[in-house]
Amino acid sequence: MMIGFYAMIGKRNLVKKIIGMNLFQTAIILFFVSIAAKRGGTLPIIEHGHGVHAIQATAYVNPLPHVLMLTAIVVMVSTLGVALAIVIAIYKRYNTLEEDEILKLRK
Amino acid sequence: MILQSPALVIVIPLIFAFLNPLFGWWRKGLCYPITLVALSLSFLASLHTLHIVITTGTIHYYLGGWKPPWGIEYVVDYLNAFVLVIVSFVSLMVAIYSKRSVEQELPEKIVFFYCIFLLQVTGFLGIVITGDLFNLYVFLEIASLAGYALIAVGEDGAPFASFNYVIFGTIGACFYLLGVGYLYIVTGSLNIADLSQILPNLYHSKVVLVAFAFFLVGVSIKMALFPLHVWLPDAYTYAPSTVSALLAPLMTKVGAYVMIRVMFTVFAPYFSIELIPVTTILGWMAAAAILFGAILALAQIDLKRMLAYILVSEVGYITLGVGLANRNGLTGAILHILNDAFMMLALFLVVGAIMYRSGKREISQLRYLHRKMPFTMAVFVIAALSVIGIPPTCGFFSKWYLILGAIDANKWIFVAVLLVSSLLNVILFFRCIENAYLEPVAENSSVGSELAITREESPLTMLVPTLIAGAGILSFGVLSGKIISTIIQFALPAGF
Repeated sequence: MMIGFYAMIGKRNLVKKIIGMNLFQTAIILFFVSIAAKRGGTLPIIEHGHGVHAIQATAYVNPLPHVLMLTAIVVMVSTLGVALAIVIAIYKRYNTLEEDEILKLRK
Repeated sequence: MILQSPALVIVIPLIFAFLNPLFGWWRKGLCYPITLVALSLSFLASLHTLHIVITTGTIHYYLGGWKPPWGIEYVVDYLNAFVLVIVSFVSLMVAIYSKRSVEQELPEKIVFFYCIFLLQVTGFLGIVITGDLFNLYVFLEIASLAGYALIAVGEDGAPFASFNYVIFGTIGACFYLLGVGYLYIVTGSLNIADLSQILPNLYHSKVVLVAFAFFLVGVSIKMALFPLHVWLPDAYTYAPSTVSALLAPLMTKVGAYVMIRVMFTVFAPYFSIELIPVTTILGWMAAAAILFGAILALAQIDLKRMLAYILVSEVGYITLGVGLANRNGLTGAILHILNDAFMMLALFLVVGAIMYRSGKREISQLRYLHRKMPFTMAVFVIAALSVIGIPPTCGFFSKWYLILGAIDANKWIFVAVLLVSSLLNVILFFRCIENAYLEPVAENSSVGSELAITREESPLTMLVPTLIAGAGILSFGVLSGKIISTIIQFALPAGF
């Protein structure tokens, strides 16, 4: 997570920044998924769940963070798409992806 | 009767956003009326929601019939409903205004512009109405992504400004998401009402503190609070004028709303005020934001850029109200959400109209504009007076409550900051007004050159929203006592 964060702030190349952004987001997704894990937990699929059995929550991995992360992955992909589209627009305009050179050209 | 209006507020713009490309593919001219229809329906729904809240109290709307804390819930109380109406009204005004300006600035992209425009509004409304922290994150990202795209289609420097915004916005959203994760670890819940019941027993846990810090930093980036504001001026300067008029009044206000929600509803006020000195820190940051925003605005030549820095300082006002954390301060903050939305709307609409007519945007080029565009400039003066804080306009009243709050809290430095910033705003705006109104007519002011300055008022679709915004500033000023007694005093979080 910190590597991604560093890349977003420290790197001068725009594509490297995007890679950093992706690392950062993936790390958060892993963080959420790791929350769900339980010692000895199994897949959260309940077999023969017709009756009103008491379900032992400790025996199953918590499925909710996974579901949340599905949404977060969608958000991440669309952020990546928008960022890349913007980078293409920048490249067409300035012919470079180095932040310093762009700032010089804008003066 | 099952109450559907809270869901309709969100669903209508969302559905119409996707209908827009379909109709636009068939006939381009349809996009504008469709957008207007969607936003007016959404505005009516939000008015209806506010009416229900005032008559019967807080609404709980369970999406798909799933009961919280499992399902996603929309909770509408006074604070929500109030901000909802502001958001839907401002976006309707900007949509009406957008016709000519979009035709001029983005002639080939009209269809997709309106599609993303509606998505943007959906995001804002969703942030405000939802009662679920993760759902809030999703809407925050919808609003931000649409914002990145809208800013990037602007003029020359826009893609680069937008890229910086993407980086900052993503950091902010990721911090927010981490905060949600930490809270989920300790509580196992994402529902705001549920969290506020579970959390008080856990206030001394370090995890909760970390979550709170992540929330606060994330939201501060999104609302451009002072040291984290660097993305804002560039982004709003280069964005198309319609987009700045939509984003500037709303993005920051919605951020402020989220901040109030997290600090005082998810966490109890005594946690944010007494257990950790967060409000004090926020107060000082806000004071710095007010001063630096105004001082940096002084240094700008570009009118739009100057407004962007004024916006930074206005965000400071709202945060200062939150940071004071007493009754008057919060009343001022919530009232300022309304007032500032309208002030910024009016100012950015005026600048858009000036750029549309003359293509000029530097303060020194405003000359003779009061003859060319008398109504537009009149609205500019009203909005300027309101930002400065002169009585009949609404800006005076929220500042009044903020100053009262600062006095109540015995923070005399904040009182001084508020007064000094008013003076700085006087300098700022009189520089513009002087350039526009008082410039001596050129030496040979014969009849010929008098006639040469013809009236070029902005087109009707642009003029009407501008005038409504100006009228709004005046009438909210006159009615502010009533607004406070019917809505805001109930909108204050419990415990004040």
